[in-house]
Amino acid sequence: MNLAEVERVNVRNEVEEGERVKQKIEEFQVVNKESFWKRTKNVRIAMLYLLPSILLFSVFLFYPMIKTVYLSFFLTDSKGNAAIFVGLENYQYLLESARFQKSMVSTGLFVLYTVPTSVIIALFLALLANEKLRGIGFFRTIFSSTMGMSVAASAVIWLFLFHPTVGTINHFLGLFGIPAVRWLLDPTWALISIAITTVWMNIGFSFLIILGGLQNIDTTLYESADIDGAGYFYQLRRITMPMLSPTLFFIITITFINSFQSFGQVDILTRGGPAESTNLIVYSIYQDAFINYQFGTASAQAIILFIIVFVLTLLQFKFGERKVHYQ
Amino acid sequence: MRIIRPIIFYFLLVVSALLLFFPIIYSVLVSFMNGAEVLSRSLLPSSLSFENYEKVFGTVPLLHYLKNSFIVSSTVMLGQLVVCSLSAFVFAFIPFKGRNVIFVLFLSTLMIPWEAAMIPNFLTIQSLGWMNSYLSMTVPFFALAFGTFLLRQHFKTIPHELYEASQIEGLSTFQFFYKVVLPYAKTSLVTLGIYGFLTTWNMYLWPLLVTTNDVKRTVQIGLKQLQTVEVSTEWGVVMAGVVIVILPTLLLLFIGQRQLQKGLTQGAIK
Repeated sequence: MNLAEVERVNVRNEVEEGERVKQKIEEFQVVNKESFWKRTKNVRIAMLYLLPSILLFSVFLFYPMIKTVYLSFFLTDSKGNAAIFVGLENYQYLLESARFQKSMVSTGLFVLYTVPTSVIIALFLALLANEKLRGIGFFRTIFSSTMGMSVAASAVIWLFLFHPTVGTINHFLGLFGIPAVRWLLDPTWALISIAITTVWMNIGFSFLIILGGLQNIDTTLYESADIDGAGYFYQLRRITMPMLSPTLFFIITITFINSFQSFGQVDILTRGGPAESTNLIVYSIYQDAFINYQFGTASAQAIILFIIVFVLTLLQFKFGERKVHYQ
Repeated sequence: MRIIRPIIFYFLLVVSALLLFFPIIYSVLVSFMNGAEVLSRSLLPSSLSFENYEKVFGTVPLLHYLKNSFIVSSTVMLGQLVVCSLSAFVFAFIPFKGRNVIFVLFLSTLMIPWEAAMIPNFLTIQSLGWMNSYLSMTVPFFALAFGTFLLRQHFKTIPHELYEASQIEGLSTFQFFYKVVLPYAKTSLVTLGIYGFLTTWNMYLWPLLVTTNDVKRTVQIGLKQLQTVEVSTEWGVVMAGVVIVILPTLLLLFIGQRQLQKGLTQGAIK
């Protein structure tokens, strides 16, 4: 082989080599393209499946929430368009307004009346219904029944029960010689009446959740306590309550939030009266926005409601797991 | 002690049940009473007359409202099942970068009360021309973080190997979703279905805002109308209306109580 030939072979080799490299690069690019397409396969599928939720949340929850903040800085015209920028004046106006202060006090009292009562009654019923007795299923169905009751139907029923002339409650109290109570007509009693109605409506759902919590408790704990001869109340204090605390914490938070959102019972029973004693926050928002067309101050109230619910939920997330006993 | 204990429990159970259920039983009884019986505060109606029930359908278009409520509640129920199961499937089976961010986004919706967003929503519905339409009462409620988490919890109990195996077998992701995951999680789907139907049927404030005439009104608003029209005089008629409105949800609850309790506590606590 002479030099020229060697050179030719080399050149040919180089050309071949070059082509091979080029081919390799192309191949690699194809592989890479495929793997990119493959790598993003999950994201694409996920986005497709998540699209309806994200779209709906954006349009009907996130956007309106931002819009509410925006509107709360403005005076609006009757169609809800922002007209004059007033900064924090809506909030300032609210905090100084006697009407709003009264509404906040009523809401606070109402929450105080409803939350502990609902949870204690539901807990009591759940403890009863957790016993292994014949026919217990019937009682469980009865105790959870108010969950199926709508706010409108419940409110109309209690409107009848509280009625001054045909009302059953005063009639019943009269049998025991107790003088008639002016349920929906007296400012103090009106709020209590709304609270009674709400507690009654709350019981069904709270009962169902607490009963579920009770049934999740490991039965061997009770078996060994029985062997040790521990009594019912000792077991209740030492086993049931600590094991049930996550459920109780959950239901307390939910009941809190629900109480702040009460509307229907106010609308049907008292329309915020008498003397605005039952003008709870959501009713107040409704009146300002949809009766008086004051969308600005209504939005500011909505933001206050949002902050309250936000903080409560955050507390549930943050401390719900730490402060309570888990298995 | 062995004999006394059940007696005490039965006593407490019966008394509590009577107290709690009294308002419902009594409204059924009142719905059969005539005006004089209501005024004299009788405990039982003198006869089983359906006169009030005939009257109530003449007072407000209750049958029409019932139809509306059925359409709205069933649509929301189905919509929620579809939308929530799709997103729950992603959170249970399809990992991707940024999934946690979206998960937190879903979580954050739990902190927004619907009432705080309702003013702009009302304006949106107006500008979309959805006033007095089924759309305004159904579409905004299809996406539900609670439903997504409830279903995800159940989906996660399916072993991930099954998903990989199905892919090797040549099943597409969607086929795996509706041929394996959905049938497996039937109990959770039923729970969410009952929950969705109940809450929609009982919705009050939103339908009050977005319906301004009788055409698309739901039964709950019908009750408010009935109560304002009939109140001082005909309590029997009003109660007949109440009984008609609560019957479907109470039946649904009685049938699905065990199911609902099982599903809700699993999803709520864990």
